[in-house]
Amino acid sequence: MPPARRTPPQSKYTADRLIPGSFEGETVTRRRMMSLAVHGGGAIAVMGFTLPSLGFAIGSALFDRPPVVWRPVGVTSDFPNDTYVPKVITETQGIGEVGKTTVYIRAYNEEIDGPQQTDIPGGGEFVALSTRCMHLGCPVRFVEASERFICPCHGGVYDFTGKVSGGPPVRPLDRFFTRVEGGQVEVGPRYSVNSEFEIFESYRDPAQDLDGIGQYLYPPRFSTPKLDN
Amino acid sequence: MPKLPLPPLPSALQPRPKRPSEAEKVKPADQAKEAGIHAVDWIDERTSLSGALRWVMFRKVPKGTNWFYTLGSATMFAFLSQAVTGVFLAMYYTPSVTDAYESTRRITNEIFLGEFVRGMHKWGSTMMVILIFLHMGRVFFFGAYKYPRELNWIIGFVLLVLTFVMSLTGYLLPFDQRSYWATIVAANITASGPIVGPFLGDFLRGGAEFGATTLSRFYSIHMLLVPGLIAALIGAHIYLVTRLGTTAPPWMKAEVDERLREDEV
Repeated sequence: MPPARRTPPQSKYTADRLIPGSFEGETVTRRRMMSLAVHGGGAIAVMGFTLPSLGFAIGSALFDRPPVVWRPVGVTSDFPNDTYVPKVITETQGIGEVGKTTVYIRAYNEEIDGPQQTDIPGGGEFVALSTRCMHLGCPVRFVEASERFICPCHGGVYDFTGKVSGGPPVRPLDRFFTRVEGGQVEVGPRYSVNSEFEIFESYRDPAQDLDGIGQYLYPPRFSTPKLDN
Repeated sequence: MPKLPLPPLPSALQPRPKRPSEAEKVKPADQAKEAGIHAVDWIDERTSLSGALRWVMFRKVPKGTNWFYTLGSATMFAFLSQAVTGVFLAMYYTPSVTDAYESTRRITNEIFLGEFVRGMHKWGSTMMVILIFLHMGRVFFFGAYKYPRELNWIIGFVLLVLTFVMSLTGYLLPFDQRSYWATIVAANITASGPIVGPFLGDFLRGGAEFGATTLSRFYSIHMLLVPGLIAALIGAHIYLVTRLGTTAPPWMKAEVDERLREDEV
């Protein structure tokens, strides 16, 4: 037990402490009031420039949604249903070569892909696979002879439908929504699929597993294009 | 034959000492000689910097201090070299997706000493990481991270991480195929952290895709944000070294005065 105080505790009222000019019922001394005001004012001034700067650095990166763009890639008869045709599309506008990416496109094939999903945006008559490896994002290429997609970086291998058949990737290759407009096949926004080919419209970065608990660990983002269907 | 010294002159014949009023005139040459001292004095009188300098430079170091203790300074000089070469590289480099590669090519192939300065910056970055690890190893194996120097170890660790951030962000700037794909991979590794990962990845890239501002983001982090943090933390690191002193190597035994040994008292 601590020893008892030798002096009785000071009253919380300034008037009882005989401070000159104190008011009845006043508990905060003017010295204390002034130092609080000065420190508070300083803190507000600092926040006044740091918070907007932080918002400036983070806000548009996290919350700017790019528009949905449909890019024509060729007439419907260009794309068979038993092999892929590579097409180069511009994924990010205004940055030249860097914004381009290759997409592998073929017609939907019920024998390989199973019965067609009816609710897929754009109709899904054509399958457009992204070349972004789902391990860490290197570019995969389609090898005709083995009907496999192969990644040069760490040996990821995907089968004809884009499902992982070997190596480190965690989910099937991303896809793009497709639609047919006036006989032209158009490639829309990217989307992700898990190993059951369930659609995740806000596409995820590579290395993000979307099976089981993964779909909760890697939430959708605000920075991906959003279809307004 | 050796000569004996002459006897002193009688006092009447000795030259009189000068009176204060006829003090020797200060010649301009002497004034010039002392100009430096006067300038230093002028500054010191107004700042008292000499005390601080004495505190930093004339410290007691323990017996057994050896060449391994220079690794920290070596790391700091590697950073200074990076800072100086980096500032001048920034005069010729353009951080835009269309011009970055071309400006890097121009630095390397066309500008006088460009290849040399860029080479120093590029190889110096590797050197700095190697030196940090050697310095860290020295501190670890000599037990110099122990009380009361734990905070300095923590600051050093933050400096290590910031140096990695420099390596990562600097790697993109030449903007060739290797830079580009390494950055894609690095951003995706960042994004693979659960819950916050995807948003960190967006922050790093400035959006869901590698975009128009990714390069300038990396450039700004590389040349403004992190160097400032590193310089400030190096200051704190050196302050603590000065304040706490260095440790003796672990093989040095404390010398006990023979007279104080208990069995002999």
